[in-house]
Amino acid sequence: MKAFKEGYIHSIETMGLVDGPGIRIVIFMQGCPLRCIFCHNPDTWTPISSTKKTSKEIVDQIRKYRPFIEKDGGVTFSGGEPLFQSEFLLECLKLCKKAGIHTCLDTSGCGYDKKYLDEILKYTDLVILDIKAITTDGYKKITGNKMDMFNYFKDKVKEHKNKLWLRQVIIPSINDNETYIKDLKNYINQFDNVEKVELLPYHDMGVSKYKKLGIKYKLLDTPPMDKEKCMKLQELLEKEVTKN
Amino acid sequence: MIEWEGFKGTKWQNEIDVNDFIINNYKEYREDESFLTGISKKTSKVWDRCKKLLEKEAISGVLDVETYIMSGIDNFEPGYISRSNEVIVGLQTDEPLKRIVNPYGGMRMVEKSLESYGFHLEKDIEKNFKEFRKTHNDGVFDAYTDEIRLAKHNHLITGLPDAYGRGRIIGDYRRLALYGADYLIEQKKKDKASLNNICDVSVIQLREDISEQIKALELIKKMASRYEFDVSRPAKNAKEAIQWTYFAYLAAVKQNNGAATSIGRNSTFFDIYIERDIEKSILTEQEAQELIDQYIIKLRLVRHLRTPEYNELFAGDPTWVTESIAGMMDDTQSLVTKSSFRVLNTLNNIGESAEPNLTVLWSKKLPQPFKRFASKMSIKTHTLQFENDDIMRPIYGNDYAISCCVSALSLGKQTQFFGARINFVKVLLYALNGGRDEITGDLVIDGIDQIEGEYLNSNEVLKQFDKVLKKTVKIYIDALNIIHYMHDKYAYESSQMAFINTNPEYLMAFGLAGVSIVSDSFSAIEYGHVRVKRDERGITNSFDIEFDYPRYGNNDDKVDAIAVNLVKRVYRELKKYPLYKNAIPTLSLLTITSNVMYGKHTGATPDGRKANIPFSPGANPTQGADKSGALASLASVAKIPYKDCCQDGISNTFSIIPDSLGKDENTRIENLVKILDGYFASKGHHLNVNVLEKQLLVDAMNNPSKYPNLTIRVSGYAVNFNKLTREQQEEVISRTFHESI
Repeated sequence: MKAFKEGYIHSIETMGLVDGPGIRIVIFMQGCPLRCIFCHNPDTWTPISSTKKTSKEIVDQIRKYRPFIEKDGGVTFSGGEPLFQSEFLLECLKLCKKAGIHTCLDTSGCGYDKKYLDEILKYTDLVILDIKAITTDGYKKITGNKMDMFNYFKDKVKEHKNKLWLRQVIIPSINDNETYIKDLKNYINQFDNVEKVELLPYHDMGVSKYKKLGIKYKLLDTPPMDKEKCMKLQELLEKEVTKN
Repeated sequence: MIEWEGFKGTKWQNEIDVNDFIINNYKEYREDESFLTGISKKTSKVWDRCKKLLEKEAISGVLDVETYIMSGIDNFEPGYISRSNEVIVGLQTDEPLKRIVNPYGGMRMVEKSLESYGFHLEKDIEKNFKEFRKTHNDGVFDAYTDEIRLAKHNHLITGLPDAYGRGRIIGDYRRLALYGADYLIEQKKKDKASLNNICDVSVIQLREDISEQIKALELIKKMASRYEFDVSRPAKNAKEAIQWTYFAYLAAVKQNNGAATSIGRNSTFFDIYIERDIEKSILTEQEAQELIDQYIIKLRLVRHLRTPEYNELFAGDPTWVTESIAGMMDDTQSLVTKSSFRVLNTLNNIGESAEPNLTVLWSKKLPQPFKRFASKMSIKTHTLQFENDDIMRPIYGNDYAISCCVSALSLGKQTQFFGARINFVKVLLYALNGGRDEITGDLVIDGIDQIEGEYLNSNEVLKQFDKVLKKTVKIYIDALNIIHYMHDKYAYESSQMAFINTNPEYLMAFGLAGVSIVSDSFSAIEYGHVRVKRDERGITNSFDIEFDYPRYGNNDDKVDAIAVNLVKRVYRELKKYPLYKNAIPTLSLLTITSNVMYGKHTGATPDGRKANIPFSPGANPTQGADKSGALASLASVAKIPYKDCCQDGISNTFSIIPDSLGKDENTRIENLVKILDGYFASKGHHLNVNVLEKQLLVDAMNNPSKYPNLTIRVSGYAVNFNKLTREQQEEVISRTFHESI
């Protein structure tokens, strides 16, 4: 009997309705190399958690919900950073595709093991890519990391022609201005298969988790992003998109 | 016949068969809601007066009671709301919202309700009735055994219809519109004449019943003539079809005060008449909507006189005027018509309301635009419930309707003996305590061994549990047989039975409350290592659980299988005994709002629940136990078997916050359609949907005046949130609201 790989799982949300098309089973995987200032899931940072599951267990669990997901839903691997456990992720994706389940990768495009990346993208139907920032400096400020891995991932996605949803968190006084949105639009132009761009208003619902974990929260003085203003920026972005 | 001009089909013309008429004549509608119209001037005027009266009623609880005349089909003068603006007429009494005194179920109930709202029955009526007439309640208590009394007193078996009208019968009221009263009388006379075999008791009883039904039909003709209509003949247009059907129902709620008096499945029937009139250009879309709006207004005004204690069981003055909508005719064609949309559109035109209890019979194959519209109205108003046509239709045929909350009945062919429910949690606690009640200490079930020792052992518990269950079921059945025999004898619903075949199939509807707690308790005993503490009487009063254990509501077979086994075990027991009128037993997992009351009277349980804490409603997982997301919770409930087990219904109430359902209205609608498709494809039976912020309910609890019309779905019906008690409101808020991170 084949031994299935084990991965560290943070939690499973059985009814995700916002992370990909249709109803999604969302697998939140453990571990992330980034330390984004607005992260609301600091409890997923460390690579190890108490819950370990095999790829087969994961897929068996997803299959239980087939009546809900078979039409146009599926599974979304999220995190943490799902690419952080590349080998395990690949096995999960392969098993899902074999079972006829639509796969979606909700990622920041980093923390992967290069040798698995091509295959991962091959077995991924949709990539939800989180754009942290569009410049190297901005990226460093927000994630505490260099942008190289993201850029390599981005080029791989273009090469594989994966369908794409792009996401950008909008944070007051950091990127909540029209100039940024216009630059963002230009940046987005490099991708071919963008189905959707979502601006997500920054919220501070993660603060209590930081306290519990004893980690300093870097955006303490920043208020949550005004939802209406964010909506206006979204409209502006969409106008810009149609203009081109 | 002139009334049937243009109608197709022959079978229904030669015998009573409304379904055959519908199948031959209705027009399926597969488009969207864009044809719908708003409220008419006349309807506005009628509804404005109602709103004022409803506001007044909300202050006192009861607006008025008729204390000089007793219940009866033709006992009241005609009543109107705003006569020149009413296109559908007829009220229970001579004034809107004036309630009827119905002493046939029991005099004590009448006296108590009148007293608590500051009314007094006219002296002669009270005296004469007591002297000359025995009530259902008197009859039942003459025949009750000591065992039954003890089980009732200790809240092991509760909510039994032994002092109030049993309800749950649905007359096929459409028959009055399609055939007229004279033809129905003729058929009943034939049925009676055919009973020429040597009498045994059942034949004598049936002959008497048919005579009562014929008298009822004659009285319905008289009642309608007071409103200047002649219902002896069939209805000749849409307005009459709706009016006749409503008169037939109105007779039911003038004569009876049954707990749930549902109206059936009428929209597609009405649609045939509406379409015929529109084709003849004698009716416009606006007028069609006006007829439906005003029909629904009438259903919103149905009232019965209840005691405050009754309200503790079933909060918010519910009447369960359940109207079933949509469903499929066969595997390919749905019964959705424009009027299915029109009925839901009343929620736009005259606002959200708890009644009538609008129930969408959902099939995977319903037209997508209708699915979307129903979901849209559900999200907007939180007043709809959804039930699985794909699992009910094979059992009940395509022409069934929901009675009360979740109980399907083939229209005109079946009827039901309502049986409330067992407090299932007490069955477990009695097993732990040698048959004694954990609150009173009474020995309720004898012959049970006392379980000793610090830790609970599942085999040992199960052995005693089975013994308690067997004896409880026997007592329960004994009680229900008595109740329904006496109800037939002293408070027979002749006006409803007149619209049902003379020899219908009877279902006896049993129920369980607290399945999630019993399942979790067995799981805790099996996997959690449960340590018992006992009080000075030696009765369990608290439980320590040493390890995490699987809980029902997480799609974990370890515990879900326990729940499935438990209900199967109960149903097996129910099948062992003869039932009154050879009824077939059915079982429901449904609590209405009584889950709060059950909790209040029940001690601590091995799943860690403390004494007096409410049960979860219906078949829902225990509040807060379902931690694996909404689909896991739904999937667990969907495992409870409907067919050949819980055919009286499995109620599930599902609450989700709007932002988790989707980012915009369109996505929310799409997602709700998918959730319903998925739940019903997983063989789930019933789903109440509330798309609400928890915070909104907290605010409404603290500032009721800000939300006068806030309606939400609870187990099996919708209720105005303000009409719940504080305890019930807190329980609703404590339920799991699904949200994604």
